[in-house]
Amino acid sequence: MLAFLIKRLSNAAMVMLAVSLMAFMIFRFVGDPVELMVNEQTTSEQRDELRERMGLNQPVLVQFARFVGNAVQGDFGISYRNQQSVMALIAERFPATMELVLLATLISLMVGVPLGVMTAIHRGKWYSEAVQFVSIIGVSLPSFVIGILLILAFAVTLGWLPAFGRGEVVDLGWWSTGLLTHSGRVALILPAIALSFYQITLVMRLVRAEMLETLRSDFVKFARARGVPAWRVHFRHALRNCLMPVVTMTAMNIGSLIAFALVTETVFQWPGMGLLFIQAVTFVDIPVMAAYLVIVSFIFVALNTIVDITYAVIDPRLRDANR
Amino acid sequence: MKAQSSSLMISAAALCLSAGLSSAETIRWGGSTDLNSLDPYSYGSTFTLSFLNHVYEGLVRYDADLQIQPALAERWEMMSDSVWRFHLRKGVTFHDGAEFTAEDVMASLARVSHEKSPLRGNLPAYKSAKVIDDHTIDIELTGAYPLLLNDLTNIFIFDAGWLKANNSEEPTDVTAGVEGYATFNANGTGPFKIAERVPDTRTSMVVNEAWWDTPAHNVTRIEFTPIASAATRVAALLSGEIDFVEGAPVQDLPRLKAADNVTVIEGNALRTIMFGFNRRPELADGRTNPFNELKLRQAVAHAIDAELIHKRVMRGASRVAGTLVAPQIPGYDAALDAPIDYDADLARSLIKEAGAEGFAFQLTCSYDLWVNEEEICSAVVSMLTRVGLQPTLDIGPRANQMPKLTKGDADMFIFGWANEPMLDSYSILVQTVHSKSGTAGVFNWGNWSYPEWDTLIDKAAVELDRDTRLGYQTEVLKGARDEMLFVPLHQQPMAWAVSSKVEYVLQQADNKPRHWLTRIK
Amino acid sequence: MAAEPGLFLRLRRSDLWWSFTRHKAAMGAAILLGVLVLTAILAPWITPQNPYDPAALDLWNAELPPIWMEGGQWPFLLGTDNQGRDILSAVLYGSRISIVIGIGSVALSLVVGIGLGLAAGYFGGITDNVLMRVGDVLLSVPTILIAMLVSAMARASLPPELRDIGAGAVLVVAISLSAWVQYARTVRAQASVERRKEYVQAAQLLKVPARRIMFKHILPNTMTPILVAATLNFGMAILTEATLSFLGIGMPPSQPSLGTLIRFGNQYLFSGMWWMVIFPVLQLCLLVVSVNLLGDWLRDALNPRLR
Repeated sequence: MLAFLIKRLSNAAMVMLAVSLMAFMIFRFVGDPVELMVNEQTTSEQRDELRERMGLNQPVLVQFARFVGNAVQGDFGISYRNQQSVMALIAERFPATMELVLLATLISLMVGVPLGVMTAIHRGKWYSEAVQFVSIIGVSLPSFVIGILLILAFAVTLGWLPAFGRGEVVDLGWWSTGLLTHSGRVALILPAIALSFYQITLVMRLVRAEMLETLRSDFVKFARARGVPAWRVHFRHALRNCLMPVVTMTAMNIGSLIAFALVTETVFQWPGMGLLFIQAVTFVDIPVMAAYLVIVSFIFVALNTIVDITYAVIDPRLRDANR
Repeated sequence: MKAQSSSLMISAAALCLSAGLSSAETIRWGGSTDLNSLDPYSYGSTFTLSFLNHVYEGLVRYDADLQIQPALAERWEMMSDSVWRFHLRKGVTFHDGAEFTAEDVMASLARVSHEKSPLRGNLPAYKSAKVIDDHTIDIELTGAYPLLLNDLTNIFIFDAGWLKANNSEEPTDVTAGVEGYATFNANGTGPFKIAERVPDTRTSMVVNEAWWDTPAHNVTRIEFTPIASAATRVAALLSGEIDFVEGAPVQDLPRLKAADNVTVIEGNALRTIMFGFNRRPELADGRTNPFNELKLRQAVAHAIDAELIHKRVMRGASRVAGTLVAPQIPGYDAALDAPIDYDADLARSLIKEAGAEGFAFQLTCSYDLWVNEEEICSAVVSMLTRVGLQPTLDIGPRANQMPKLTKGDADMFIFGWANEPMLDSYSILVQTVHSKSGTAGVFNWGNWSYPEWDTLIDKAAVELDRDTRLGYQTEVLKGARDEMLFVPLHQQPMAWAVSSKVEYVLQQADNKPRHWLTRIK
Repeated sequence: MAAEPGLFLRLRRSDLWWSFTRHKAAMGAAILLGVLVLTAILAPWITPQNPYDPAALDLWNAELPPIWMEGGQWPFLLGTDNQGRDILSAVLYGSRISIVIGIGSVALSLVVGIGLGLAAGYFGGITDNVLMRVGDVLLSVPTILIAMLVSAMARASLPPELRDIGAGAVLVVAISLSAWVQYARTVRAQASVERRKEYVQAAQLLKVPARRIMFKHILPNTMTPILVAATLNFGMAILTEATLSFLGIGMPPSQPSLGTLIRFGNQYLFSGMWWMVIFPVLQLCLLVVSVNLLGDWLRDALNPRLR
């Protein structure tokens, strides 16, 4: 077990190192931050001097080594754009993104699981087919389109919900939450729905597939034969059996939801990490871009590693299956 | 209605205490971009400076007619061609209660002209300063320089003791990897104090009761929220979530004007949008550069239908221009400002004479710098294609385009100049029209050189007689028009929109909100 | 060769065809997709305007509403945008780009994924290890981020004259970069099972070249899951392209794709010019829905357990 643990963790560390190298290399090419930091009257000598002081003229490897060394200590430097510690900036935005992502996940489970069960049990009925059909539209609509349509309908035309921002927030230690104020809660609704759309479909389809599988299995047939009522078979036996894959997928998808949130955050001007990243891209704020990429990948890799290790704990056979 | 509102008042007051909700004198401001920092010396951004002018002040300021008026300095005199003496206002205090003295001016000038300061170009002629007494200071310049006062409007004054106590006497150095105290904290003499700042989310200011000037405003609180997406900003204004927008998209003006609860304030900004050309002997890819041919530059000017762009792209909100500076800028000459005729046939024959038929080149633009820039550039590419040239549009974020412009990789480019903060045509002449030498010609992206103009500009730099100086400057502007150094397009529009709550807001051609003059109903 | 029945006949007799004819949604989707692809291919001949030709755009025609509304003008059936670009033409040309980029990135990731997956599974050892670790890294960064970074980097480093021409190719590479891993993993898993089987070992003894064993014997066994994944990835690729273009880092404004058109239109969302955004959105959705319906049917039809 220990060997597996070490192997899995060192694997994750290797992946992270490679991701940071990639992040670092790519950022070398995206533009010149100096031109954005100076004003109209700065001479070219002053520009060169600034470039020199920022270390942009040093060899790439030296810059990379410095980057990784600092990143391990949680230091991603200072944002070029607003001159704040990058880690503090991201920590400030992190709660906004997480509240959005977690609510979207919650919505997707609350809507996706019942729909999945329904379409599996009533397979072939017209309403199940209709839900299946609508779910395909769900995966086919890009999230920015959903966002635009929601704003158009609920903010501009009906005026029920705000079109942008996070409303009033309350600070609980370092975590700022919008859940405790009315304006914060109503501001969360549209972006969370927009973000959860795709996820609902995924959950629904997974539940449906797993349910169909279990419903065909021997123990369900056996339970039916014993005369256990249908609802009990469905919910006690079949659903419980397929919850494990759903939980796994939900956990692993949180990483990609965080990344996808950047589109939703752009459309709704949601002050999260994704919006910070998009702003950083336009300003060539290299430290912020690098930190965002590394942190999102870290969440991604960490969730995957945790899921793997949990599985290995539950089922020892898996420890050497994934050589 | 009355009874209802009084019961609402109670709950609103309770909420105000906890969350700072808007009261009657709060103005909620939706900006197109966030300010970069609370430190006015940290970043070359006109918007950041104009925002921070609510908190910090300079020795002098512009009045409602963009004329210089005393602010922290009461009066001044010239001791010699290069030494100016400023008599400072007495009884002024900073937000933390410290008294304003000559030491503060001294520390501020040292900070802004520090070699690490990104803003030292805003005070180009500064040499040194000397404190005479608590309320008198001498500023020595590198030589005779007529525009010191204009420059000083944008040099904000810090408290020396505050800078020292917080280890911020030098400008914040992003490369040192430490956050600056002044980036997140502010202590000025201005009409408003910073109450809260969450970057990219919210910046709040409250009124400074101890302000030295008699306030013309009745605003007690300013809540600023950056909303980058123009469409979202408009939606927020229409739904009453904000009261003031300084960048309303021109395409949404009809809708905003039609709304009952919104008033649109329009004007022509000082910023002139124009097209410049590469003037090196060869283009970046090694071909001989046809733009050195005057006829081709004239052809481009006649091929661009500025009137049509004014009508369609700018919805009639811009002002078609014939010269490089706006009418409010000293040095402007109405005779030079006649728009260039749109004449596609003339353009075609000029291109033929220049031997440039089918000439393929790049027009370099960015997405986000000027009003409707992407639409303008696309339209110009169409117009130039129709007279027989082969332009392609090279468009990207400003960060990608700037290096190409400064390196000289752009064949033809869009350019905008507001003569900020100097508000004098000397600004564009020395920075752009002058050939590259020393501190001059920083924005001479095409690397042109007209020695006779350089001589005139250099003479203007040290000429203390205003009329003589402006005479030199107008002469260069005339030369630039004859030579078609730039093809002027228009002065870009300013479009602000306010909710019905706002009674009065002053909009000046420099496009800077000045809420210390704003009144709320 | 001549003795074998033709492809079409084989298809007619197959289970797949039988399943297809019984699935109304799949048939509808196929017809819809056929129409969309056909109109996209024929766009240069059936549209009134070439929206990529700057000389064809005239500001005088800007912002006309669709023809059935007051102020609509022939031949601009669905109205025009802010540059005088005919929306119908732009939408059809835009779907050309979407389809080409979708096909291109699926093809590229298939070739790369199958090639590397076969190599990894067949040779094992260090090749396998390196390739799979590279795959791990690429899958640790969300697809959308990889695509954003690659296209931002390419735009900054390509010379401007190549940028417009190369924009499509850059997007194909950007989207394929993480898509190939899925194919590679599938093929690798199958290949490492197959290579232990007796027929492969026999073939190896007979000195049959490795390439021949891989492509002739192992590959056909992996085709079913690959085919399903490829169809669904085609839809994903189109969506990713649209998202990147919407964020302003995809196709340039001179060659607008559907995503670019939606980005333009979004700026006019509150100005009453709904046609600038609704028609590209509609076209994009129809395209992706039809592809996904087909992919969905294909997955069910090819999954023996679901029959």
